[in-house]
Amino acid sequence: MTRFLAQRLGGSVIVLLGLSVITFLLARVVPSNAAAVFIGPRARPDDIARVTEQLGLNRPLPVQYVTYMSQMLTGDWGISIGTKRPVLGEILSRLPATLELIVAAMLIAIPLGLLLGIMSARRPGSISDVGVRVVTLIGVSLPAFFLGLILQLIFFRGLDLLPLAGRIDSDLRFTAPILPVTGFLTVDALLGLNAHGFLDVMWHLVLPALTLAAYPIGLIARMTRASMLETMSRDYVRTARAYGIGERRIHGRLALRNALLPVLTIIGLVLAYSLTGTFFVEVVFNWPGLGTLAVKSILNVDYPAIMGITLFGAAFYLLVNLVVDVLQAWLDPRIRLA
Amino acid sequence: MSGERARTGALPITAEQPTTGTLPNTAEQPTTGTLPSTAEQLIRAAAPTPVLEIRGLRLAFQGEERRTVALDGIDLVIAPGEAVGVVGETGCGKTVTGLAAMRLLPASARLTADVLQFDGRDLLTLDDGALRRIRGAEVAMIFQNPTSAFNPVFTIGAQMADVLAAHDRERGDAARERIRIVMASVGMPDVERVMRAYPHQLSGGMLQRAMIATALLCRPRLIIADEPTTALDVTIAAQILALLRRLQLDEGFSVMLITHDLGVVRRVCDRVAVLYAGRVVESATTEALFAAPQHPYTRGLLAAVPRTSASSGPLQTIPGSVPTDIGSITGCAFAPRCPVVQDRCRAEAPWLRDLEPARAAACHFPGVSVVSA
Amino acid sequence: MAIAEAAGEQLARRRAPFPMRAFVRDPLAIIGSVIVLLLIVLAVLGPIIAPYPGARGTGQIDVPSAYLPPSLSHFFGTDELGRDVFSRVILGARPALVVSVLVVGFAMLIGVPLGAIAGYRRGRIDGLIMRTTDLFLAFPPLLLAMAIVAALGPGLEHAAIALIISWWPWYTRIARAVTVSLREQPFVDAARAIGVRDMTIIRRHIVPNSLSPLVVQATVDVGTVILAAGSLAFIGLGARPPQPDWGLMVADGRSVILDQWWVSTFPGLAIFVTVLAFNLVGDVLLRVLDPRHGR
Repeated sequence: MTRFLAQRLGGSVIVLLGLSVITFLLARVVPSNAAAVFIGPRARPDDIARVTEQLGLNRPLPVQYVTYMSQMLTGDWGISIGTKRPVLGEILSRLPATLELIVAAMLIAIPLGLLLGIMSARRPGSISDVGVRVVTLIGVSLPAFFLGLILQLIFFRGLDLLPLAGRIDSDLRFTAPILPVTGFLTVDALLGLNAHGFLDVMWHLVLPALTLAAYPIGLIARMTRASMLETMSRDYVRTARAYGIGERRIHGRLALRNALLPVLTIIGLVLAYSLTGTFFVEVVFNWPGLGTLAVKSILNVDYPAIMGITLFGAAFYLLVNLVVDVLQAWLDPRIRLA
Repeated sequence: MSGERARTGALPITAEQPTTGTLPNTAEQPTTGTLPSTAEQLIRAAAPTPVLEIRGLRLAFQGEERRTVALDGIDLVIAPGEAVGVVGETGCGKTVTGLAAMRLLPASARLTADVLQFDGRDLLTLDDGALRRIRGAEVAMIFQNPTSAFNPVFTIGAQMADVLAAHDRERGDAARERIRIVMASVGMPDVERVMRAYPHQLSGGMLQRAMIATALLCRPRLIIADEPTTALDVTIAAQILALLRRLQLDEGFSVMLITHDLGVVRRVCDRVAVLYAGRVVESATTEALFAAPQHPYTRGLLAAVPRTSASSGPLQTIPGSVPTDIGSITGCAFAPRCPVVQDRCRAEAPWLRDLEPARAAACHFPGVSVVSA
Repeated sequence: MAIAEAAGEQLARRRAPFPMRAFVRDPLAIIGSVIVLLLIVLAVLGPIIAPYPGARGTGQIDVPSAYLPPSLSHFFGTDELGRDVFSRVILGARPALVVSVLVVGFAMLIGVPLGAIAGYRRGRIDGLIMRTTDLFLAFPPLLLAMAIVAALGPGLEHAAIALIISWWPWYTRIARAVTVSLREQPFVDAARAIGVRDMTIIRRHIVPNSLSPLVVQATVDVGTVILAAGSLAFIGLGARPPQPDWGLMVADGRSVILDQWWVSTFPGLAIFVTVLAFNLVGDVLLRVLDPRHGR
């Protein structure tokens, strides 16, 4: 197990290095004039010359890369052209909002997806199975940004039930302010025993979280179903039946434990999807997270910010995959006790 | 019938002799569907109920487009305390016969039988709950590949305890004690370690012992062993077979041993049924079968076993291959490959009929090794 | 020669005919296929079918008729420039389909040979190719594409390039997996024993036999790429106005979504229905070509 861990960790580091190379190349090599891109669209020739010298853009590439990496590792991810503030700081300040959204979406998607998948695998071909398959198919085919707009249309304009956008009612800043501790408004509200604030934040979370959860629900349900069906055809299920073990126990415990292992991989994938998925959901719901920052940076051609976010996103994905792999290895006695 | 006698040169066919293998009948009539004679009925009333009685078992699988026939009329009877071998090549239907006896077939299976009884109880009409109570407790199955037969994410001990719990037997500490006792009886070394181990941590031989132990937990009356030693090394296989035989003789349960290996049958079984193309083509005591096989297929099988004596000569084979589409065969299924085939064989299928007490063959010309003019 | 016979038999058996009957009987497959066919028709005949195609095929501008709700003359209403939304949705089918098919096609062109070579040769080439593939797949979906488009500048062509670069690794992975399993087959050994060259083996035996998982993936991917391209356009990274890109249309209508809902809704529905159709077809293909995936 420890050997497996060491291997995976080592592999991840290598991949991270590779990613940094790609990001670096994208930032410095691909654009026609790296310096111009760095300063922004309003570059003047002498500015370009100055920046080129300053950033060492006329030095050989490997040297540039080393400088780039050493900067990254010390936390200097450059200055955002748009906000004139350090990129890393910008990313970190907006991270909690995005994470809160992702966590909320996952808390909905994982249990629901698993449940739907198990249900539909219990009686393949039945009405509930077909129903679940239709629903999940819709879930994976619906564009997130479109779903968000439709939900806003229905629940805000149509039913006047849920808020249109934002994380929290702006009035609350005066009436029941939430003291920022973690940056997660739900947690902070609870910590401050702010019931009013907590409910308001939850209310604002509903639509964006549902929007973000649609695709994961579909994916998890389909994968769970496929995995359950595959497991149910295994020899050991036949053995269990041959020894008089009831269908419910077979389905709900003996098969499920095996079927869940590949589903774990999907959950990793789904979390990764969520990262880019939040970009669109945040845009639609005006959610002040990483996504809106990313889109704004892209539109402003704010290069340092774009590259910083890209690398950050990739590193996050890598971390999630690592955790999922380790979890999977730990749950599977064949690997844990190898 | 006496006319047959001269031609076949076999032992005389006696009409009304009851056997444990089949019903007596006239030459042209199928074994299945005929009423037992009064003599038969009287003798059966006195004899103990067979542990397993199968007559006229037919099985087909209904696919989306086609219907595949797997069994075309199996007759098999296993008496209490008897070890019966079910022998045949791959594809002859021996495995599905075992599964059918436990009603463990997939949903696409279409099963019919004149008689399918376990211990006198009709398996065809029992509901799911009753079947579940029988499976694993009164009839237990041992599978071919012990490595895949166990659940990889649970310990052996846990899986065995599950079986006890499913049949409302011992739980908790009592269960663990029972498991220990049974494990000891199958000669399992280091019982505690094995109980806490996961399947992938144990060798094939140990897993098969564990499988046998699981089968013995609820003191079954019948153990169906489907190719129990095919996946094992030769030396381990020998141990497992010896173990199985010893346990059978000690505890007194019956065994249906499904295998393609005649050597296995010889070591473990009292009686043998030879299957070909979904039917029983010969049934006899082990001794009698090996000494004087009556069906040409059986003869071919025995001849094909490689011998290690000096005068072995070239390897004997049965030319041709096992038929794939049983449902569309007319005449004897073995006819295309039979060395003594006659026109009659191609026209009409022979039924399993008695040749003498405790002996039956499905052949128009049993015992013939050379065609006489 | 018995080996060659066996090999030939194996090959013949592997090229099983496409199970058309099973496919046709599935109602979901029919719905999906019909929609896909409809899409192709729209793509081909778009400018002819659309009621208000306009001079350049991007929709007839008619500012006085801006923001008209759906009616008999404008089935889907009009947008901020008075263009008929119904026409623009129809017109959008062509760029959506063309770009998507090109992206998937090129991704396969790059990915499949790489995967086949990696799986066939094994060893260092395999390691090199797969490390690179893993590297590209280590990016969360779409993030790499966004970064590339950011580097190249917005526009449909750049988006297409970015998507091709994001997508080829998937095909490499599939092709490699299939190649590795096929390589173990006896008929490959037989072919090599007779002296057939490696590339010929790959081309003539391995690639045709690996088609089924690739076809399934490609079918679903056409839909997914349409979704991805639409998403990129939504945040301004894909097609630029006045192109009738569905994602772009949704973005354009977003500012007025609460009152003039039709401007965003119908293009969004178009994307949804298209992706759904391809997913349906891919789903059924999967079940039909790979019976293990359960009924």
